[in-house]
Amino acid sequence: MSKIERDEHTGTETTGHEWDGIKELNTPLPKWWLYTFYACILWSIGYMVVYPAIPFAGENGYSEGTFGYSQRDVVAEEVAQAKAAQSQYLDQIAAKDFEEIRGDQDLMAFAAQGGKAAFGDNCAPCHGTGAQGFTGFPNLNDDDWIWGGTLSDIYQTIKHGIRWDEDDETRFSEMPRFLDDGLLERSQVEDVTEYVLSLSGNSSSPEKVERGAVIFAEQCTVCHGESGMGDRMQGAPNLTDAIWLYGGEREDVYSTIAHSRRGVMPSWAGRLDDATIKQLVLYVHGLGGGEQTIADEAEDFAEEMADEPVEDEAAQQ
Amino acid sequence: MTAEKNTDQAAETYKKSPAGTSAGGSVLGTPDAKPAINREEDKVQLYADRVKVFPRRVYGTFRSIKWIVMALSLSIYYLTPWIRFDRGPGVPDQAVLIDMPARKAYFFWIEIWAQEVYYATGLLILAAMILFLMTSLAGRVWCGYACPQTVWTDLFVHIERWIQGDRNQRMKLEKAPWGPSKIFKKFFTHICFMIVSILTGGAFVFYFGDAPTLAVQLVTGDAPMTSYLFIAITAGFTYLLGGIAREQVCIYMCPWPRIQGALVDENSLLVTYNKDRGEDRGPHKKGDTWEGRGDCIDCKQCVAVCPMGIDIRNGFQLECIQCALCVDACNGIMEKIDRPKNLIGYAPTHVDMAGGKVTQETKILRPRIFIYMGMIAIVCGIMLTSLFTRSDIELNVLKDRNPLFVTLSSGEIRNGYTVNILNKQHVDRPVYVRVSGIEGAQIRTAFSEPAKQVKTTVPPDDMRSLRVFVLVDGKIATTGDLADGKGEVTFEVLDENGTLLLDHDSAFNSAGK
Repeated sequence: MSKIERDEHTGTETTGHEWDGIKELNTPLPKWWLYTFYACILWSIGYMVVYPAIPFAGENGYSEGTFGYSQRDVVAEEVAQAKAAQSQYLDQIAAKDFEEIRGDQDLMAFAAQGGKAAFGDNCAPCHGTGAQGFTGFPNLNDDDWIWGGTLSDIYQTIKHGIRWDEDDETRFSEMPRFLDDGLLERSQVEDVTEYVLSLSGNSSSPEKVERGAVIFAEQCTVCHGESGMGDRMQGAPNLTDAIWLYGGEREDVYSTIAHSRRGVMPSWAGRLDDATIKQLVLYVHGLGGGEQTIADEAEDFAEEMADEPVEDEAAQQ
Repeated sequence: MTAEKNTDQAAETYKKSPAGTSAGGSVLGTPDAKPAINREEDKVQLYADRVKVFPRRVYGTFRSIKWIVMALSLSIYYLTPWIRFDRGPGVPDQAVLIDMPARKAYFFWIEIWAQEVYYATGLLILAAMILFLMTSLAGRVWCGYACPQTVWTDLFVHIERWIQGDRNQRMKLEKAPWGPSKIFKKFFTHICFMIVSILTGGAFVFYFGDAPTLAVQLVTGDAPMTSYLFIAITAGFTYLLGGIAREQVCIYMCPWPRIQGALVDENSLLVTYNKDRGEDRGPHKKGDTWEGRGDCIDCKQCVAVCPMGIDIRNGFQLECIQCALCVDACNGIMEKIDRPKNLIGYAPTHVDMAGGKVTQETKILRPRIFIYMGMIAIVCGIMLTSLFTRSDIELNVLKDRNPLFVTLSSGEIRNGYTVNILNKQHVDRPVYVRVSGIEGAQIRTAFSEPAKQVKTTVPPDDMRSLRVFVLVDGKIATTGDLADGKGEVTFEVLDENGTLLLDHDSAFNSAGK
């Protein structure tokens, strides 16, 4: 480039390249832009040295960088921090009983939220995200409990499951398959079905009900009781209410009597720690159907008694 | 063979073109092309070097007004956070406070909660309208007297003058070579700038915390990090904009000089040089006649005092902030040479446009003035009405969506709701919550028995979030309004005397028929 040619019109240098009489003007990038660009290149070299950057280099299949930075470690640390931050509550929940937890507003709020999260992770697939249940999977919002709805009842159910063979303490009962096992004839099953429907005022055939009542008294009252109110000790549902786990239509009830249901819930003792199970219990209990424990009632009773003046026994004697 | 001939010509032109036909070396393109638009001599220079401004001290009416406005605005700014206002126990007693952690703003007896920030919209509209009104009446009085940029720049110029002397001395110092004296003066000036800036930032954070407490904390180093950060940010910008950038902010950064072009009309007041009286300008010796010449003696005092560094005699300019210091300067000179005052003075724009002659009557009450005043009145009216009629208790009801409803063993239908009650009073507030709209509907909390109403206490200045269940008999839930599974229920909040405070409609769902 001995001679720099300038374009007459614009006064700009040309590059010396010419195509069909058209010459290219030399308008280089601004210096500040270029130097920023070079600085970025330098920066990137430093970056590649200190951070993981090069694939297939090093033991782990990538270069680790001299800083030893890893996003996995960062996440692991954040998870550990979050756990540590929760531990003050979780330790308390693990150590205290339900009444103590419910007495502590902060702890209860934490437990209810923790329970909700754990419910979404573990229970929602069967019971639904709103705990509304599905056919065969109980609605946990209502006031109908097959195995009991007090805190300790729910705790037992979640911890050990229902008809879960691997757990020795699981809740267990089996309704016979009256038709399949040859205990009743088809017509007899129909009669009992009609009788069961009549308990909640839904039958249409008085004759069948009459016959069914006799069979019910022979076969069913052991578990469901004479009036069909059920027995929570055996997990025998109340047949007189408006809630039907497997549906309340004639064919649903018939099917239940003929083939039995024997629904299963896993035990969670090995999978979830005790603090999580306790949170779940408090959450489920607070959904609206939770029942007071007998101990609670006894305590309330005792308080009421304490308020009344107690006569001096010694004076009476 | 015209086509062939044309081709030949084209080829010839092509051969000739690189060398070019016009005078002067190589020319790109065809010789008969129009001249390139982007010629070097035609290029517009978009960059202007900054010319440093050294405003001279001036005395006069408008300077006094500026002093008063500066004293007033700075006192308001610095003292407001220290005003106390008793609101009762447990509530901040600072008259003007923006309490970020509690999401509340206090202004004397007015309390704004986070959800009422729309009042800020009203204030902004009001501010804009007042600015429009002021501008169409009196030009840029805001820029000239009250704008923080003007006030702080003015303050910084005074500090500079106090340390480095008046205009001539400052200009001399600027040109002088760097020596101990210059270094000390410059350094000391900027230290003072920074002190003022830090005090400015320091006063700023007092609006966001209890001033006496925060003041002690700031000194002992116990204040929250955000306080120091915001002091640094505010101080940095005060120093940068008021201490260094100064008039450049008004000329290049501020949108207001551009907007004002649309707001100023021929009746607006402007600081104007009376060309008719002033020209022809020229030096004047004592004793010479004033016949056949203008009153302007070209002493350039108007330029010397101008904080924007412009010559007002060039007419209405974007840079002019209308501070009227040139009026003071010129009037001082006019007094000395015994000529009438107000050669430079406030005059309506039409006078300037007519070259200094009064050719028409100045109308103050124009339609736009009424429109601005009307809008100000409307916005004020709306804001005051909503401010004085707003309730000190609020109710919000969120219905459970999952599940929509629960059938109980008795056949009753239960819906869950979260009832949020907001208490803006500074005392505990016992209230009853009940439902209406559905026959026989009962209400209960998670652990209470169903009843006609639920009692709760809303803590002071806080929200009570209450989970409630509404129960409706199974028969009612399948008939009447609820036959299609969708009904309405009204939540009512009553005080202890049974007076209805608030109600809120929500949905009630059932399985329907």
